[in-house]
Amino acid sequence: MVSAKEIKEVLFGPIFANNPIALQILGICSALAVTSKMENTVVMCIALTLVTAFSNFFISLIRNHIPSNVRIIVQMTIIASLVIVVDEVLRAYAYSIAKELSVFVGLIITNCIVMGRAEAYAMKSPPGMSFLDGIGNGLGYSVVLLVVGFIRELFGSGSLFGYQILQLASEGGWYQPIGLLVLPPSAFFIIGGFIWVLRTYRPEQVEPKD
Amino acid sequence: MEAYISLFVKAVFVENLALSFFLGMCTFLAVSKKVSTAFGLGVAVIVVLGLSVPVNNVIYHNLLAPGALAWAGFPDADLSFLRFVTFIGVIAALVQILEMTLDKYVPTLYNALGIFLPLITVNCAIFGGVAFMVERDYNFTESVVFGIGSGVGWALAIVALAAVREKLKYADVPDGLRGLGITFISTGLIGLGFMSFSGVSL
Repeated sequence: MVSAKEIKEVLFGPIFANNPIALQILGICSALAVTSKMENTVVMCIALTLVTAFSNFFISLIRNHIPSNVRIIVQMTIIASLVIVVDEVLRAYAYSIAKELSVFVGLIITNCIVMGRAEAYAMKSPPGMSFLDGIGNGLGYSVVLLVVGFIRELFGSGSLFGYQILQLASEGGWYQPIGLLVLPPSAFFIIGGFIWVLRTYRPEQVEPKD
Repeated sequence: MEAYISLFVKAVFVENLALSFFLGMCTFLAVSKKVSTAFGLGVAVIVVLGLSVPVNNVIYHNLLAPGALAWAGFPDADLSFLRFVTFIGVIAALVQILEMTLDKYVPTLYNALGIFLPLITVNCAIFGGVAFMVERDYNFTESVVFGIGSGVGWALAIVALAAVREKLKYADVPDGLRGLGITFISTGLIGLGFMSFSGVSL
């Protein structure tokens, strides 16, 4: 039986100590464009966490039966099928959000976190632990995305989840929104800052000089 | 003709895959340390996008789109839910075929692109390009122009970032920002620069 300590490490390690975005440059691809609104961000995070967890689980279940030279194709097929399920569910129950996320739901397939965890962890570990590893990495990704989404929506348009928090100056309030934060490049500045803060608290993550 | 030039310019500058949609970021940040390798990867992306967008366009419109199977006697069939699996399969197969052809007939180019070709299968820029093609309902000619244009845009962006990073080596960056952090911020700045194209239309 796996000890509680090990489970805790697999589940919570990726959040700060081994964050997939800040440390391993994985999975930034599809997601930054969805962070201008909290609502979309949350949906994207849930979708990605579920896909990572289940793809890890299924790949780990059949890991001893996959011939190693076709493993990438097998992994891709499993991941793509899961993403189709997510996409169809979103279209059925949250059509407006699915429309706004447009191609980015499909892009979960090529999100390097999913593929990277399948290859690096699920191919070597039992299904239960792989599932937890998927959840953990999904959470690590979600933390970064939620921070970015929170800053962008609150200071960029003065609202959270669509509810007005800061009264905008244009509507008789006091808050002058920072237009830059609505533009796509601002996500890069926020993530850069996030990495700076994280590495200031954890100096062992600082990259050596070349 | 004019419409195609306009579409090309739009794909290269205004709607740059890397800088305004964040596609292909993993490879974008990981393989941009040197201009020469960045250029190699850029060329590979142009070739693969230029091929896979039109090919997937043909497949989507003749097999998967709602009503597309009418020629085979199934006018009610709608296979569009299969598109993700199909696209990723087609891209993987194309990359594989391209790799084998280059290896056989153009070994010098194969050696130059060698390590990047397999990486491209999981590059979100390729899949993103294909997904946008379906989303925006391009016809065949438009998809050729769009595929090549967005590839050129992506290549431009990665070469620009690699050039910045080569100079950045001599800069004295705060410890916590060194490496990845400052790369993110420079990418953001390049992105802001590219946004000045956003009003351009021919």
